[in-house]
Amino acid sequence: MSMVFGVPLAVLSGQLVIGIINGAFYALLSLGLAVIFGLLKIINFAHGAMYMLGALVTVVLFDLLSVNYWVALFVAPVLVGAFGLLIEYFLLRRIAGQDHIYSLLLTFGAALIIQGVLTNIYGVSGLRYSMPDMFKGGINLGFMFLPYYRAWVIVVALLVCFGTWFIIEKTKLGSYLRAGTEDSQLMQGFGINVPLLVSLTYGFGVMLAAFAGVLAAPIYSITPVMGSNILIVVFAVVVIGGMGSIGGAIITGILMGVIEGLTKTFYPPASSAVIFLVMVVVLMIRPTGLFGKEA
Amino acid sequence: MMNQPVNPADIHKAIVEQQKIQDRKKLMVNGVLLLLLLAAPFVMYPVFLMKILCFALFAVAFNLLFGFTGLLSFGHAAFLATGGYTTGYLLSNFSGLTTEMGIIAGTAMATLLGLAFALLSIRRQGIYFAMVTLALAQLVFFFFVQSEFTGGEDGMHGIPRGELFGLINLEDNLNMYYFVLVVFITCYLLVQRIVGSPYGQILKAIKQNEPRAVSLGYNVDRYKILAFVISAALAGLAGSMKSVVFQLASLNDAHWHMSGEVILMTLVGGMGTLLGPVVGATFVVNIEYLLSQGPLRDWVDPILGGTFVLTVLAFRSGIVGEIQKFIKKNLG
Repeated sequence: MSMVFGVPLAVLSGQLVIGIINGAFYALLSLGLAVIFGLLKIINFAHGAMYMLGALVTVVLFDLLSVNYWVALFVAPVLVGAFGLLIEYFLLRRIAGQDHIYSLLLTFGAALIIQGVLTNIYGVSGLRYSMPDMFKGGINLGFMFLPYYRAWVIVVALLVCFGTWFIIEKTKLGSYLRAGTEDSQLMQGFGINVPLLVSLTYGFGVMLAAFAGVLAAPIYSITPVMGSNILIVVFAVVVIGGMGSIGGAIITGILMGVIEGLTKTFYPPASSAVIFLVMVVVLMIRPTGLFGKEA
Repeated sequence: MMNQPVNPADIHKAIVEQQKIQDRKKLMVNGVLLLLLLAAPFVMYPVFLMKILCFALFAVAFNLLFGFTGLLSFGHAAFLATGGYTTGYLLSNFSGLTTEMGIIAGTAMATLLGLAFALLSIRRQGIYFAMVTLALAQLVFFFFVQSEFTGGEDGMHGIPRGELFGLINLEDNLNMYYFVLVVFITCYLLVQRIVGSPYGQILKAIKQNEPRAVSLGYNVDRYKILAFVISAALAGLAGSMKSVVFQLASLNDAHWHMSGEVILMTLVGGMGTLLGPVVGATFVVNIEYLLSQGPLRDWVDPILGGTFVLTVLAFRSGIVGEIQKFIKKNLG
């Protein structure tokens, strides 16, 4: 067996794949945060809860209506996205003119409610969702064993990330969004329905989180608190990358996942802390973040 | 009336007069509150009162940063826990230490940690500041989870209360209560003094408009760092006291949930007011206690979340803030 720095190659590449997968989740989540931040200028503290809802809805749809994975991949984000629209319309819109700190606290409160209510219904022990049959098994690459589902997650997450980047940077709708990020009042003056755009943007960001949740359902334990833990990591990722660019959010997310995976291989005790340590170093050397534009 | 010349000295006199009346009113309110606090342990369970006082101190500390400087820290649990664990560890393992030495050491550790947090987080503003402090506090949380001395998930139990100055037995709940009360009042007056001082005015100026404060020539970062460090020190003191009172320090204190709770206390009571965090802490601790006794005991989190949402939507000034507004409108 070939070894790399005293670690078997198979173990190292296995951890790398897990790292890339975690990174894909970080990328999807920080992308959603960045999209919402761009137009609404708020940090969506309920983002973790939306990710959790995506996973939970997938399980519940399967248990109650035996909705399969492929349908859930579309239905769950739409349902959770619609829920996000309600939150935007009934809560966030009411404090639109206020200090952004209030919307942050509002979404934090909303997350506490969602998480608390679901904990009472489903407990904290975790639900399980069985993987679709076609993803069982994997492929032997010679130096490692790659489960099909992991390969699928990496591919589809990258596709969605790229698609989002494409919509925002290359389409007409995306140009509205970017214009709104620059100056939403001026855009309103040009006759564009900004409130509608704000709602749709929030809904879209939430959908990205829910989509990540569906992808996570077959491989992670599904609990009502699964969102809050990953959200704090994603916050660190966002601080490292800066929310200035869409591409930056994606690259930073995957990079951090890989760094976490490598740490798990070479020095496991630090694996849960390493992203926060990277954040500390970035803050010292480059306070605006790797891709940040703002002060 | 309009055309009559007004003597500036008269205006000055009127303002001074009004100030005197207000000061007298404040003194009376504070006097009544002090009497109530002194008498309270004869009516209510002292440990419960001490819990309120510890959290009130925690919220007062947080409010100095959030309410008066405009910096939203989402990581204040780290200071509460650092104070608590340090004091708990020292008092449990070094029997020669008197209680106040343990508390001072805990406060000192939290102060140092606060300095480190401040130097890092000050590099980002607004929403990023909140995220950085949250992430740093999570780092501290992981440290406490993995460290041996904290007892990990089990927490640190049986911390001896010991003797204050080696003289006063703190195992007695009444003695303990009055000690906590003295510390609390001292800190409250200190914060009152800070807020009223020229330094406090600069903090308010930074909160209102930071670029303006910069253009006036103030080194804004230094003022913010000092406010952060004082806030962290007082939060650490609250944690140290709490670990002595309950003879217990646990991971709950370090969890992000606790950082959220202190925000809620400050917000509900009224951020940017002196009495607000005290009222808010009293409110939240009581709500949690009442809920935990009743059929809604599993619903504490959603109810706290609902309180958050309701406060932000309906009364952002908090209990004290709204009362002040009401008095100004109808009686002032």
